[in-house]
Amino acid sequence: MRLLIACVLLLCTGAAISAERDALEVIVVDPYLELRTGPGRGYPIVQVVPRGETVRILKRRTDWFRIRDASGREGWVHRSQVAETLVPAGTRLEIEDPAREDFGAHRREVGVLLGNFGGANLITAYGAYAFNAHLSGELVLSHLLGSFSDGQIAAIGVSHVFRPDWRIQPFASIGTGLIRIEPKSTVAQSPARTDQLAYVGAGVRAYLARRFILRAEYKDYVVFTDRNENEEVNEWKIGFAFFF
Amino acid sequence: MENRIRVLLLTAALGMTGCAWAPWRDAPAERPAPADDPPADSDPRSPAGSDENQVVIDPQVARRDVIPARIDTENWEAGVYVGSLSVEDFEVNVVYGLRLAYHINEDFFAEGIVGTSDAGLSSFERLSGSAPLLTDSERRFTYYNLGFGWNALPGEVFFGGKRALNSAIYLTLGAGGTRFAGGDRFTVTLGAGARVLVRDWLGVHLNIRDHVTEVDVLGRNKTAHNFEATLSLTAFF
Repeated sequence: MRLLIACVLLLCTGAAISAERDALEVIVVDPYLELRTGPGRGYPIVQVVPRGETVRILKRRTDWFRIRDASGREGWVHRSQVAETLVPAGTRLEIEDPAREDFGAHRREVGVLLGNFGGANLITAYGAYAFNAHLSGELVLSHLLGSFSDGQIAAIGVSHVFRPDWRIQPFASIGTGLIRIEPKSTVAQSPARTDQLAYVGAGVRAYLARRFILRAEYKDYVVFTDRNENEEVNEWKIGFAFFF
Repeated sequence: MENRIRVLLLTAALGMTGCAWAPWRDAPAERPAPADDPPADSDPRSPAGSDENQVVIDPQVARRDVIPARIDTENWEAGVYVGSLSVEDFEVNVVYGLRLAYHINEDFFAEGIVGTSDAGLSSFERLSGSAPLLTDSERRFTYYNLGFGWNALPGEVFFGGKRALNSAIYLTLGAGGTRFAGGDRFTVTLGAGARVLVRDWLGVHLNIRDHVTEVDVLGRNKTAHNFEATLSLTAFF
């Protein structure tokens, strides 16, 4: 039992020490660093740290940094002031933040879109991986919610971005997958069916801020049914995504 | 239909060609490199004109590699909730679920929730004494929802005379699906919540949500409002 307590204590101390070691020390360059009680512009400033003092950066939430000064006082400081501090080597603190330049050069993208698939409501989640600036592969999962039937679509495809250097980037896509349609039990007792489908599509993605993208697209589906006629369905959707 | 497939294949072929042909890809390399030496006819002492091109001091110092600061970011919030859900026409029951949020900035966050509850008997079933309208599995009310939230009223709350806790009252709007009575239904969710941070990383939320959905259990289509009140515990990471 005692051994166990000793181990737990040791682990806790270890964790505490490593957290302390990870905390970054910076030197204040602005005349004052304003410490607020919370991570937001409305919270009151309760402390200031004068120029030349060394402070520790404990953590970050959105654009706010939790800071501890030499005498142990803590508070939240805005990004714009933290960016004006120096690391002990004398260089300015580099804060890693995605920006407009990273959009188009990014590798991964994840997003959620809402729309309409042949009259049914559609909720889509997708993930994309860019092989190069123009070409990326994507995995699309959709949930169809119609008045008479529900369904799911799982598809893989490739999309081609024409101008990855623009802020608003048009793209074209093509892919294939499976669709499962399940008629509502209150409408008819027909069985669920699964068919293969293929699509061509076009859309735009636009840079919003930080790592966020607005994405809108249109797709033309062909569902390969086992009847005489294949089905053709139009889909449009709009939503948000972020890249990393 | 043959035509449709042919169009599809043609588009694919065109798309691939497009990938290979990308004249702007090498564009930066084609731009003329900035001249190292000023043109021969320009006088270095001339007061106007080519000043920008002249290097007064060239320190020849190699640029130091800057290592980006490793700072612990806490923009994600995950938690569990429990409360009561009123499924329209089907009594009020216990609901529990999971919540994941990403704080985009101090004003907005994106959130996803999944929750489940077992609906009770409708008044019709109770009074008529007829066979139940739904089986037990159809009576399970399960939903997911993806949406955005706005921290409308950030602030502080006071606990006793010595403690001030950060808080926020927020509004949410989302869309998702609900599985109930043997079908998936499109659902729009409106909500309001109050968040109090007990610790920097630990939050307690009180939430009111309205899951608006179309149901046709009692014969005709109607819009159902399923109100929900929950208490949740979340951790920032």
